[in-house]
Amino acid sequence: MELILTEDQELIAKTAADFAAERSPVARVRELRDGRDATGFSRDLWKEMADLGWVGIPFAEAHGGADLGLAELALVLEALGRTLAPEPFLSTVLLGGGALAAQGSAEQQEQWLPGVVSGDKLLALAYQGPESRYDLAVTGATARREGDEWVLDGEKIQVLDGHVADALLVSARSSGSEGETEGISLFLVPKDRAGLEIVRQIRVDHRNAAGVRLSGVRVGADEVLGAIDGAGAILEQVVDRATVGLCAEMLGGMQQAFDLTLEHLKSREQFGEVIGTFQALKHRAADIFIEIELARSVVMAAARAADEGASDLRQLVSLAKVRCGDAYVHVTNEGVQMYGGVGMTDEYDIGFYMKRARAAQLTFGDSSHHRDRWAKLGGY
Amino acid sequence: MADLETFRGETRAWLDAQCPSTLRGQDAPVAAVWGGRKWQPAHPDQRVWLERCAERGFTAPTWPKEFGGGGLSKDEAKILAQEMRALRLPPPLLGFGLTMIGPTLLQYGTDDQKREHLPPICRGEIRWCQGYSEPGAGSDLAGLQTRAEDCGDHYLLNGSKIWTSDADQADWIFALVRTDPEAKKQEGITFLLLDMETPGVSVSPIQLISGASPFCETYFENAKALKKDVVFKVNAGWTVAKALLGHERTMVAEAFGSGEGSRATLAERARRYLPGAEAAGPLPDATLRDRIVQVEMDTRSFALTMQRSRDAAKAGQQPGPESSIFKVVGTELNQRRQELLMDIAGPQGLGWEGEGFESDELDLTRSWLRSRGNTIEGGTSEIQRNVIAKRVLGLPD
Repeated sequence: MELILTEDQELIAKTAADFAAERSPVARVRELRDGRDATGFSRDLWKEMADLGWVGIPFAEAHGGADLGLAELALVLEALGRTLAPEPFLSTVLLGGGALAAQGSAEQQEQWLPGVVSGDKLLALAYQGPESRYDLAVTGATARREGDEWVLDGEKIQVLDGHVADALLVSARSSGSEGETEGISLFLVPKDRAGLEIVRQIRVDHRNAAGVRLSGVRVGADEVLGAIDGAGAILEQVVDRATVGLCAEMLGGMQQAFDLTLEHLKSREQFGEVIGTFQALKHRAADIFIEIELARSVVMAAARAADEGASDLRQLVSLAKVRCGDAYVHVTNEGVQMYGGVGMTDEYDIGFYMKRARAAQLTFGDSSHHRDRWAKLGGY
Repeated sequence: MADLETFRGETRAWLDAQCPSTLRGQDAPVAAVWGGRKWQPAHPDQRVWLERCAERGFTAPTWPKEFGGGGLSKDEAKILAQEMRALRLPPPLLGFGLTMIGPTLLQYGTDDQKREHLPPICRGEIRWCQGYSEPGAGSDLAGLQTRAEDCGDHYLLNGSKIWTSDADQADWIFALVRTDPEAKKQEGITFLLLDMETPGVSVSPIQLISGASPFCETYFENAKALKKDVVFKVNAGWTVAKALLGHERTMVAEAFGSGEGSRATLAERARRYLPGAEAAGPLPDATLRDRIVQVEMDTRSFALTMQRSRDAAKAGQQPGPESSIFKVVGTELNQRRQELLMDIAGPQGLGWEGEGFESDELDLTRSWLRSRGNTIEGGTSEIQRNVIAKRVLGLPD
């Protein structure tokens, strides 16, 4: 793999950066929050992003997609991460869409993916139960066969964009015990199915999620995704790809939070000088710069490893998540500190980044989870 | 690409045929080859290997052929390095000639200087040392006081240099000297080359906390330097010095940041020392295990960042700002690794010499102590952070 951008990739990055700056400033996040917007993002803007071809980046041309890779999608997510755009790339493209693209039957894909690519249909992946923490093999739901149908019961938490998804992809235990990779199945559940209760959750980062209760939800055999009992490994692959996408978003967010902080260091005066002259702050700024450069390298590597099917993909995903999670939190904590009192006010943007950093750190496994995973993959 | 594969095949065959078997495998001499007039090979075949490589230009693969190099492209040099690694061959020659003064002369030297100095470097005949720091000029390098007085056809040097690596083994020194004491401090400095056998030059080794004496203090008492040995222009030595520091920082980072090589992994070492550790499965000390993960992860991140920089250079792009982090990250990472290795060994990590310790345990102690110098030499970590803050981030003085 080569850790540089091709000319085509440079163009995607530039287009996305311009779009984010012009069409999706941070002020939009504030408006959505203050207006208690029922969707929590802009469907119009989502449609525009689809028209630009971004929503379809990783999908097959047969479904209207561009058949490109995570390396390209990461550039879009990085640009949108800079302005904290809340549009549903993780939920619809990488999680729900990712699961469908990886495991869906031809009919299931034909039914859903063209609508996803065009920006009309939204998906969500309900993989996390109240007891899961970060273990994908603890699903929080059961699937019981009844004749030709399956009956789902259980509870899911923080289903990203679950409150507006047209269909949920639900992981549930069809055999064995919670914690085992074998015995997990994935089901495609349309949002209006009887027994499905979806309650919007309000989170610290003002991103969109929902709690989901499944009470005797009936799904047909044609709504099973892939093989019964065989979804454990697929779930890990799908969440890994989404993790790389989240890391790209975090990279953009930390870069912007740092740019804001640097501007402040160069303009805020105390003791008759701009505070950026103080070595106590300069060295910390240099450390932040170092962390962001390291983060950029691992995000590029993880995205390319996913596209190339590299054998150490899982290690690189965990590496990227630890690196980006820790760096984003550090950069934004330092940002608030260096802003001083105004960093604590809602009026300044830096606080929004700090909240998002924390939420991203606790999504798809925090740093201790991924360090533990790295050690296990390394055989120790 | 076909040409590169042809090159790979030919190179592999040549290397395999030419490298003496005595230099390979378990019983090969561990002493590296630094060359020079005073060099005594640890094994006579080291000289054979050096001469064969020098003949083919493989000691300085990317330098022009007319100056003793191999004239290889970056891609070819990379293949050469890969094949050397794959066959586990020792480098034929190391030294500041190849990594520091050579590249600097290629950039700033006259044709005469290149012709005089580069071929002996490639052949390992002349070993170089670096005269930068002084007792009164460490991080504030531009505050150096060694005087070079203009005496018409030559300069007369007086003063002293400190931390001159292996000055007692070196044949020539490249030094920063003050030619204009009236000018602002960066502007009165000249970059000079000097034969260490020049009358008036003397050297005294400094014993370090590791017990070794890799550094010296070097004294000049009315030592005569020739004007032809000024590199670039008089009073413009600071420009040359900075370029060379760039080569030095890259070299230090590459030397320390690359991680394991062929040695046992950190986890394997932990299994050797932790009571109750099984041959497989999680290590019994969860905290130590997590520290191993963190060092491994940082090592991989650093390696990927170096790769990103190399890939960009290969694609013809300017070195990005990421290259400014190599020295500080590589050296601090090495120190953490050394400390972790000590902690993994536990009480066995306390050996200095003699009975009760394996030889690799004694090496551990010495290399831990040596590593403390990594963040001081070649520009301290504090100076590196100042440079990043100023040059990359644009923070004001």
